[in-house]
Amino acid sequence: MSTEARPLIIGSSPHIRVRQSVPDIMFHVCLALVPVVVFSVWTFGISALLLIMTTVIACVATEHVSCRIAGKATTIGDWSVTVTGLILGLTLPPATPLWMAVLGSIFGVAITKSLFGGLGYNCFNPALVGRAFLQIAFPITLTTWTPPNLVGRFASVLPSTLTMPFMRSDGEALQAYVQRALEAGGVDGWSGATPLSLWKFSETPQFEELPRLFMGSIAGSAGETATWLIILGGAYLIVRNMMNWRIPVGMLLSAFLLSGAFWLSDKSAYPSPMFMLFSGGLMFGAVFMASDMVASPMTTSGVWIYGFFIGIVTVVIRIFGALPEGVMFAILLGNAVSPLITSATQPRTYGLVRQKNG
Amino acid sequence: MRTYTNSFPHGVHPPDCKYTADQAIEDLPLPSEVSILLSQHIGAPAKAIVKRRDEVMRGEPVAEAVGFVSVPMHSPIAGTVTKVDYVLNPQGLMSQAVQIKLDPDADQEEIYGTPRDVASLSQDELISAVQATGTVGLGGAAFPTHVKMKPPADKPVNTIIVNGCECEPYLTTDFRVMVEDAEKIITGIQLVMDAMKAKEAIIAIENNKPEALDIMEKAIPEGAPISVRSLVTKYPQGAEKMLTRAVLHRDVPSGGLPSDIGVGCFNVATLLQLGQLLPQGRGLIERVITVSGGGVERPGNYRIPLGTSIRYIMEQVGIRPEARKIISGGPMMGMSLSSQDIPLTKGMSGLLVLTEEEMRDGCGTVYPCIKCARCVDACPIFLNPSLLGLLARKGRYEEMAEEHHLNDCFECGCCTYVCPSNIPLVQYFRIAKAMNREKEAAK
Repeated sequence: MSTEARPLIIGSSPHIRVRQSVPDIMFHVCLALVPVVVFSVWTFGISALLLIMTTVIACVATEHVSCRIAGKATTIGDWSVTVTGLILGLTLPPATPLWMAVLGSIFGVAITKSLFGGLGYNCFNPALVGRAFLQIAFPITLTTWTPPNLVGRFASVLPSTLTMPFMRSDGEALQAYVQRALEAGGVDGWSGATPLSLWKFSETPQFEELPRLFMGSIAGSAGETATWLIILGGAYLIVRNMMNWRIPVGMLLSAFLLSGAFWLSDKSAYPSPMFMLFSGGLMFGAVFMASDMVASPMTTSGVWIYGFFIGIVTVVIRIFGALPEGVMFAILLGNAVSPLITSATQPRTYGLVRQKNG
Repeated sequence: MRTYTNSFPHGVHPPDCKYTADQAIEDLPLPSEVSILLSQHIGAPAKAIVKRRDEVMRGEPVAEAVGFVSVPMHSPIAGTVTKVDYVLNPQGLMSQAVQIKLDPDADQEEIYGTPRDVASLSQDELISAVQATGTVGLGGAAFPTHVKMKPPADKPVNTIIVNGCECEPYLTTDFRVMVEDAEKIITGIQLVMDAMKAKEAIIAIENNKPEALDIMEKAIPEGAPISVRSLVTKYPQGAEKMLTRAVLHRDVPSGGLPSDIGVGCFNVATLLQLGQLLPQGRGLIERVITVSGGGVERPGNYRIPLGTSIRYIMEQVGIRPEARKIISGGPMMGMSLSSQDIPLTKGMSGLLVLTEEEMRDGCGTVYPCIKCARCVDACPIFLNPSLLGLLARKGRYEEMAEEHHLNDCFECGCCTYVCPSNIPLVQYFRIAKAMNREKEAAK
């Protein structure tokens, strides 16, 4: 009857907790990304698989080494760096040389995350910074696309994947490889462009059909093409209360409204709002990158502002900018202003009269 | 601003765990000795008026109130005073108590007190009569009830909110007293309304207790200005500030009391005691508590004499070897007890005996804050617990109070409950407040 054999525990209230920890959340983000990864490997072949594996391994290794250098216990067990690795791999073109992927991983994790103090202290999404670094350092490679569903994609890797570090990547070899594979599949020509650049840089704007955009049989970054699987992953996270649904909804809604206004003004020059939502990295960015908890605002109204801001900037860059795609820079800009949004939208404390400079 | 029908914004909804809801209140056999702590309420400790070897009747006063914000104590058993000495209190400190040994030959049925006609008492006499019963807020705060009944003259109370929310998981005492003793609660409500000249009373009950809603509704006499309000179940609805928002859609001013907006909040168990004790002229000698949790063999709702040791209660209900933590009160705001040799006090609404499996508190690894904002969405006061937590880690306690409203936090525990990083936010805030108090005192 006595309990004295095991002393009582004393502790500060509350004595019960929600049973969902940070590693749980990060792990489920990985789970939500699995279908996207599988689809990516299915459409882009071994090259995509090698690319994603490389970024994941490189990111995890970078974090581990950074922790060791800082003299801390390793934090790779919280799954957050795995998420970074997966996302970085999925945002790169499938033909990205692996050494660049490694470089982007190291830059993203070491500079953006570890240097700022690790998980929770990064002001930008590490994967996006890694990608932005590569985009600026290697603009041609990062806009070299390969068509989906090439014949022989499971038998051989793209010629660019295994190029030596800092050697000129042989663009012609990749082109010839793609040409051969297309001919073997009975396809005649391929412009080498994504739906977005086809619209933006063709003499007369071309608009890809929506079903193909939605199902992902288009060129693009490794993980951004399968819109339907991205939505599925996002829905899973929302149902599990592991993502703030307002961020993707706000972002997609504002992009829809703004591009809709342009479309209504001139339907031959501007794409339809649905094209905007399903093309490029908008869906992937909205669901898996802008929603990054660490770099997004904390208040409900702030989260709406943040989502709307990113959506609008994305459309503005796409329509007026020099780049066909603006999601990455839009989200990074959103990350930059998010602390400001948080402090500006702090709600009124209970029982207090709102003060002007409160 | 938005109005919220029948609840307050933010807050959390932990699993109910009200396992003992269907268990009728049961009397425990009288213990062979009790320790009446002289300070088990907010305010000045009572002063003992008995000494060693004094014989006391059941219900006889053993300590008197010192000043207005203080209450007397009564002996819950007939017996002999063995000593007035220091014993362990729920906070884990030594505190003065009157210890009484049960006299097996004494009459335990007869209770000290003279019945009186409450209706003939003046307002002031009624307030003194309430003080003489030794009644304090039985919901857990243990604030002397008569003090609450006498708000400043310039702040008349028009509305009484009767708190039957019982928003803490596990606890079922308020529910049981409402189901079993509705009439006496109504008597208590009417007494308080008379004493405070209040115009109406609203009985607030969460909608996970339909039986209580029904019974209280039926117990209201025809034409009385008393109504029952069903609230959407959410924690911490039982907190006064949340309750005024849920019921009246009004905020208690920061740093103020409900009486600032003409409201008085009283717990149902407190009103039941008033309804019972005042007409009979008796003192508070026992209370109903929920004993529950995975570490208890016979969980239930028990009526237990005040001053009974926790060890005796645990012997009666049976404690399992896997019990790891004993909590006085609910799991969200309750206090973990350091020993079983602590006497039952007026403010203990429950004793929870939790197993490791149930609590998962402090066992988890603490991760860095990932700014998921769950705490921001949970805080019923609309603070930013994440930011406060970061400031606390840096020791910037004054900044927390001055710029981020730390002192509006009433430690409900919502932020810590939802935190996926297991950050002990409430504990940080307690430390910060204590450090600020110390700094203030040093000035």
